[in-house]
Amino acid sequence: MDNIKMRAKLSGENISGITEVKMIMNHPMETGRKKDDFGQLIPSYFIQLVTAKLNDKIVLEMQWGTGISKNPYLTFYLKGAAVNDKISIDWVDNLGKTGNGEILVVAA
Amino acid sequence: MQRRDFLKIVSGALLALILQPIGVLAAVWNKAAFEAVKINDAKNNLTIGQETPSKDIDIVAPDRAENGAIVQVEITSRIPNTEAISVLVENNPTALIAHFVFSNGALPQLVTRIKMADTSDVKVIVKAGNAYFSATKNVVVLENGCG
Repeated sequence: MDNIKMRAKLSGENISGITEVKMIMNHPMETGRKKDDFGQLIPSYFIQLVTAKLNDKIVLEMQWGTGISKNPYLTFYLKGAAVNDKISIDWVDNLGKTGNGEILVVAA
Repeated sequence: MQRRDFLKIVSGALLALILQPIGVLAAVWNKAAFEAVKINDAKNNLTIGQETPSKDIDIVAPDRAENGAIVQVEITSRIPNTEAISVLVENNPTALIAHFVFSNGALPQLVTRIKMADTSDVKVIVKAGNAYFSATKNVVVLENGCG
């Protein structure tokens, strides 16, 4: 369940163009306020920290709360990438579980 | 000083030296900010100063959201040297949704999906140098999305 679906498309020339990175992560993002069918509170379970890197250099650091929707969706934009550069994502949730994904930049 | 005490102090200091770089390098989740109910308390915990309303922040979100569990929000800052963007929802059980820090060529523009418990302003605060700017967009929520 820890997979991340990712896509990174470069519009324009290498380095000077803009790369659009899209991703969907599989995670329930439980707030801790919802009850199950038996009236029991479902414990909070959500991604807290996400780091995006371009070729191992950090480009985006995120802190998330319970207000990010289930199966988090994110698009971000990047300058300075070239075709075949690597974009990677690492996350850690409030239970200490981690997930990661990576994708190579393709031309749009 | 006893030899034993001296060793304790030295080993303690060494341990602190070893542990410190790890704490500095790894990003830390701002528990106090995320558990704050009110926007102002979340802001204080993020050490966000006095902010100025700005027309150079775009928030694209639906005027009316059928389901508050998934509200897509697109944020763009045209403010030069934007370093960080915080997203807050005033009427949620806890106001702070997310905090984004940009570096090394990442543009201050993003799309994400958030939960909204009720009709509320979505507030975006941009940090540029030591200055803070904000914009809001009201979203009418027809069905609670926080459960």
